[in-house]
Amino acid sequence: MSEIKVKDKEISVPGEVLAVGMDVLPGAGTYRDGEKIVANRLGLVMMDGRTVKLLPLSGRYMPRTNDTIICKVIDVGFNGWRLDTNSAYSAMLSMKDATSEFIQRGANLTQYYDLGDHIVCQIVNVTSQKLIDVTMKGPGLRKLKGGRIIEVDANKVPRIIGKQGSMVVMIKDATRCNIIVGQNGLIWIDGEPMNEMLAIQAIRKISAESHTSGLTDKIKGFLEQNMPSKKIHQD
Amino acid sequence: MTYKQRIDGRKFDEMRKIEAKVGVIPRADGSAMFKIGNTWAYAAVYGPRNLHPKFMQDPQTGILRCSYNMMPFSSSGERVRPGGSRRSKEISLVTQKALLPVLNLEDYPNSVVDVFIELPQTEAGSRCAGICAASMALADAGLDMKDLVSAVSFGKVDDKLVVDLDYSEESYPDAGVADIPIAMLPNSGKISLLQMDGEVTKEELMKLIGMSKKVLMDIYEVQKKALKDKYKGVED
Repeated sequence: MSEIKVKDKEISVPGEVLAVGMDVLPGAGTYRDGEKIVANRLGLVMMDGRTVKLLPLSGRYMPRTNDTIICKVIDVGFNGWRLDTNSAYSAMLSMKDATSEFIQRGANLTQYYDLGDHIVCQIVNVTSQKLIDVTMKGPGLRKLKGGRIIEVDANKVPRIIGKQGSMVVMIKDATRCNIIVGQNGLIWIDGEPMNEMLAIQAIRKISAESHTSGLTDKIKGFLEQNMPSKKIHQD
Repeated sequence: MTYKQRIDGRKFDEMRKIEAKVGVIPRADGSAMFKIGNTWAYAAVYGPRNLHPKFMQDPQTGILRCSYNMMPFSSSGERVRPGGSRRSKEISLVTQKALLPVLNLEDYPNSVVDVFIELPQTEAGSRCAGICAASMALADAGLDMKDLVSAVSFGKVDDKLVVDLDYSEESYPDAGVADIPIAMLPNSGKISLLQMDGEVTKEELMKLIGMSKKVLMDIYEVQKKALKDKYKGVED
């Protein structure tokens, strides 16, 4: 007979026993130690049928295949570029994945992406040694010009995006800023300077209160309060 | 038989007052503070991150790098000068060995997890306070850990076995003193640090190790609470 020792949505500390019994399954962030299911990290307990898993509350970004991320060019080589992914590992963008234009062999690669440029790219592959390949070929993937970039905890990104993108679309509409959210915690915002500030405040608010319920309404209220009506901006 | 009562009036198996808090250094990936009596330890964790120099990289696993540092003038005894010393290098090494068994760094090849332990003031028991702070900070940083690590020093003053020696006991002039820091993984009871400065008999050592489990579990409860308190309000 199995026994679950913790409540759903309880904070769990490494080494804490979450459940006892052979018919409870260890999910992400947990491991089995004989009869016991034990927490493998600091996290939020989530029961999923017979599986106990832990939702991470902290931790640096770990690159995953198919994630769309914002990277910075840190090196330009013969056949490609090396990118900073805001994680422990850099990514490689090779010439053939860089653009749909034709790049001459031996061409000067800095005319496409130069040191310090920020780009939106998609992770194509992550090897067991954490070598990362990215591509720029895909909808929405491009070099970023103008605007500014802020960094948030990568674990808060799902909350900032919202269900089907509802949260970030709401901020985009209210502040009339272009916003791209990278899974690695980097966010690009481009608009009128005052509106950019408001968008950043809204994002920081979501980050700080990500655990509370009714957040979408709270942010909607915050944006309506601080955003002057459309009339004023149409001059 | 001169040591009849502890200098600060504690019971022989009583620890000094403990205070623990997590997330005290917001810019670090993980951080914690652990105070026991007047010994204050702060730990900051950065990582997993890129490791330089390259020859230190291990393609099979990430590595743990610990740095223990007492701030200038922090000690109760001789003046502590800035910069490292042989003692701080050794303590950094034993701290790393005490923490590594709970970490699983195989998912972060070629990377490093850096732990910095700083002590603004100390009154004995600093390496144990550092280990307690570091283990909370590592959990706060979201790293995969089998367990936390709890540590405190045990020992003997004159003929009495004591828990958590303070500075006046460590430097007790009238009789022999033994200082034995012990670090333990609370849920398995395994010991990851055991050092001794002084002399005890084998029986006394086994008795102290026997006492250690209960005392270290009390420290574990404080560490657990500090970690959970940081996220109080998330449980909605």
